[in-house]
Amino acid sequence: MLTFRDVSYRYAGASRDCLHAVSLDVPAGRVTGLVGPSGAGKSTLCLIAGGLAPRVIGGRLIGEMRLDDEDVSGWPMHRLAEHVTSGLQDPAGQLSLVADTVFDEVAFGPANLGLRRDEILERASTAMRQVGIESLAGRDPRLLSGGQQQLVILAGLMAMRPRVLVLDEPVAHLDARGTREVLDAVAALSGTGTAVLMAEQRTSALASVADSLALVAGGNIVAQGSVAEVLDDAATVALGVEPLPEQRLRMRLRAAGLDPALLDAAPQDPAPLEPRA
Amino acid sequence: MTELRLEGVSYDYPDGTVALVDVDLLLPAGQTLALIGANGSGKSTLARHLDGLLRPSRGRVRIDGEDAAARSVAQLAHHVGLCFQHPERQIFNHDTFEEVAYGPRRLGVADEQIGARVRAALEAVDLAGAIGSHPDDLGDAARKLLSIASVLAMETPVLVLDEPTIGLDARGVALIERLIGDLHAVGRTVVAISHDLRFVAETFERVVLLDAGQIILDGGPAEVFAEAAWPRLRTAGLEPPAAALIGARLGLGSTPTEESVVEALRSR
Repeated sequence: MLTFRDVSYRYAGASRDCLHAVSLDVPAGRVTGLVGPSGAGKSTLCLIAGGLAPRVIGGRLIGEMRLDDEDVSGWPMHRLAEHVTSGLQDPAGQLSLVADTVFDEVAFGPANLGLRRDEILERASTAMRQVGIESLAGRDPRLLSGGQQQLVILAGLMAMRPRVLVLDEPVAHLDARGTREVLDAVAALSGTGTAVLMAEQRTSALASVADSLALVAGGNIVAQGSVAEVLDDAATVALGVEPLPEQRLRMRLRAAGLDPALLDAAPQDPAPLEPRA
Repeated sequence: MTELRLEGVSYDYPDGTVALVDVDLLLPAGQTLALIGANGSGKSTLARHLDGLLRPSRGRVRIDGEDAAARSVAQLAHHVGLCFQHPERQIFNHDTFEEVAYGPRRLGVADEQIGARVRAALEAVDLAGAIGSHPDDLGDAARKLLSIASVLAMETPVLVLDEPTIGLDARGVALIERLIGDLHAVGRTVVAISHDLRFVAETFERVVLLDAGQIILDGGPAEVFAEAAWPRLRTAGLEPPAAALIGARLGLGSTPTEESVVEALRSR
């Protein structure tokens, strides 16, 4: 489990904190979702969880980050990276740029962990299969579409077999099929005990995979609970969080003076991205 | 007013990847068109043909009837402004004013008009308060909006926006919907690439589906998202917008937009 205790953070050169004494548990084997309006601090929380803030980008961190029983706040990046990996919004900015094929790109992380060759190959192959990109193995990762690059990055992160996987908007650039593949892969990984922290504006995608949600606003965690508890709240919508599709329609019907129950008139087909039970 | 026409356009990347196959597309002045399709289906490649960043391997692009091959990217930039998918690949200045001013300056807009252009563009994306900030001090969503403002300030007849809503919250998406509506109202052509099919259905008058570099569907949202077209959408890796799914479930016919669901239920 990854734990934040009273974490405050200020970017280098900024005049005020952008996170204020945030406490959050990211339990093993669960997907913890972060929702909130733009600029709330979700990405900052991801940068801290992944170890990039303050180690790589500077800034001032107060408070404690624990990995199970250990305070990892003072760990160097290379040590933390053996346990925690993170994916950012722009996949192109995360490519190693030294790999000429997708296979080498996915193998880059495990190779840098100093693993045996056969294990590196096995991890890369497995991860590529999990996100459904085997057919891209020989392609140049720099020439792929943005969405395909995102899948390559995710496979590379999964090949690291981290205890904690941090994902900032991992499906933003993906089509419905790619989204499903990534979410399935994330669910499978969490099923093997990985703690997943995932920030996402597309709440319907997040709702389909998250076990719980934390609502971030103004640098604070203002609500935590199940997907339904956090999203079915007018205050969440008022903050600018994208409502689920049915919820949006109910709001539209209510605004038009119609009964939202009109949507329940016929039996429900499974929606493309069903919230996990 | 600018009319764009792709005639039998095919494009092969240097590594041999076939990205576009014999694409014919007429884009009349003043139309709003959404390009949809799976990752790697050729959407961004097609968009880059509209402003000359890529040139067809075969076929031609015509701008107001003339072959665009005869015009440089700089000349075409007077007609078509393109906003990239990733702001990181577009933003390079150290302050938001200079970032937005860069495009119009390159187009030769007089210095005394630059300030008004920049302010209007930043206001249009709700970033008036960020004039003079360093782009790196803005959040990801604000940087996305800044990259859109940079293209707005060029005031080209045609705007091409690659995934304009990515990373934006519901308010940001609503802002983009309004912005495109405003541009449409004054006769500008807007082409956008998007995976957000709710946004697409709510905002655009024409939707073009690309699959493996070919145009598979081309029509209004009610046509492209009608139940009869779902198999082709799904073969192409996409899911219809929720309003269409719900409308079909309730037997309302083709309801690509939330408004059309509301109206169908009202008149039931």
